[in-house]
Amino acid sequence: MHELSLVMSILQIAEREAEKHDAKQIEEIELEIGELSGVDRPAFDFAWEQAIRSTKLEKAQRHIHDISGEARCLECDKEFAIHQLFDPCPHCGNHFVEIRKGKEFRVKSLVVS
Amino acid sequence: MCATCGCDSHSSPTIRVSGESQSHDHSHDHGHSHSHTKTVVEVEKDVLHENNLLAQRNRGYFEAKKILALNLVSSPGSGKTSLLEKTLIDCKDEFQFYVIEGDQQTTRDADRIHATGTKVAQINTGKGCHLDAHMILHALQSMKPKENSVFFIENVGNLVCPAMFDLGEQERVVIISVTEGDDKPIKYPDMFHSSTLCIINKTDLLPYVPFSMDKVKEYARQVNPTLEFIEVSCTSGEGLDRWYQWLKEKTKVPAEA
Repeated sequence: MHELSLVMSILQIAEREAEKHDAKQIEEIELEIGELSGVDRPAFDFAWEQAIRSTKLEKAQRHIHDISGEARCLECDKEFAIHQLFDPCPHCGNHFVEIRKGKEFRVKSLVVS
Repeated sequence: MCATCGCDSHSSPTIRVSGESQSHDHSHDHGHSHSHTKTVVEVEKDVLHENNLLAQRNRGYFEAKKILALNLVSSPGSGKTSLLEKTLIDCKDEFQFYVIEGDQQTTRDADRIHATGTKVAQINTGKGCHLDAHMILHALQSMKPKENSVFFIENVGNLVCPAMFDLGEQERVVIISVTEGDDKPIKYPDMFHSSTLCIINKTDLLPYVPFSMDKVKEYARQVNPTLEFIEVSCTSGEGLDRWYQWLKEKTKVPAEA
């Protein structure tokens, strides 16, 4: 359940930004979560509900952008969709791959008031 | 508020250094706020930004003091503490060691390490399932490790959560024992993906368990084709010389940025 620490980190980032802007409330929060980021979504959602109570995020609308995994094969140089870290290149079967997208886990933006 | 790192952490892990009694309290205040119109704030920040900054700070500390810092990760019961005990005793004339023990509760592991004569700090994470860079920073401040030493961080026994948290280590060592399934690497791929060395422990039990050495390596290489392997038995001592050799090689070449 490291998802609780992750939610606490998001809360810390969001509250600091809100403070910088003298905001009373956070109305919206936009997150990016990559397919290969290691975040378990049901655990994340569960932790979210518990952690945002009585915080500036309590009433915020949460928007999550899912980012699909993309990799490039270091052998045949082709790009392909990767869903698991152990997926081989579908063109040549090689496991030497460079992950280009899908590891993201970011707070993209906030709407504060 | 902590003056060094400005921490206002909500979690408060306990850090105890062997031979010392101390406490480290944190407190924090929440700021005021005023009413305003809506503002869009482009944050564009990694959720683990704070942890990663502190991890880089730890890494800089280790590099400046030429300390080899290793993060040992595994599921509970794979033999991390036994491997450390053996290593600390067998190599005590060659290296100066320091150990951080991460567990949810008790100082049992730290007591075992302390008994070998090594300086050790126990971090109790309470309900936490992993160590983070912030805890390591504070443990380092208490321990003040010397130059050219080897610094082991035994993470909380857990193959999932510690994978996401950089502590500032130079190498991550994942330990698996033959009494676990040989498909562990693809069941918990994140940990094997982020490690550079895999120690396979309890090889003395191989005759009694359906564990295939070829299969575990094949699965692990699917996740991480450059992963190195060392097979050991902390009970019989077999293979430990290869692990000690690995440590020697790593301490010979100073870590570079």
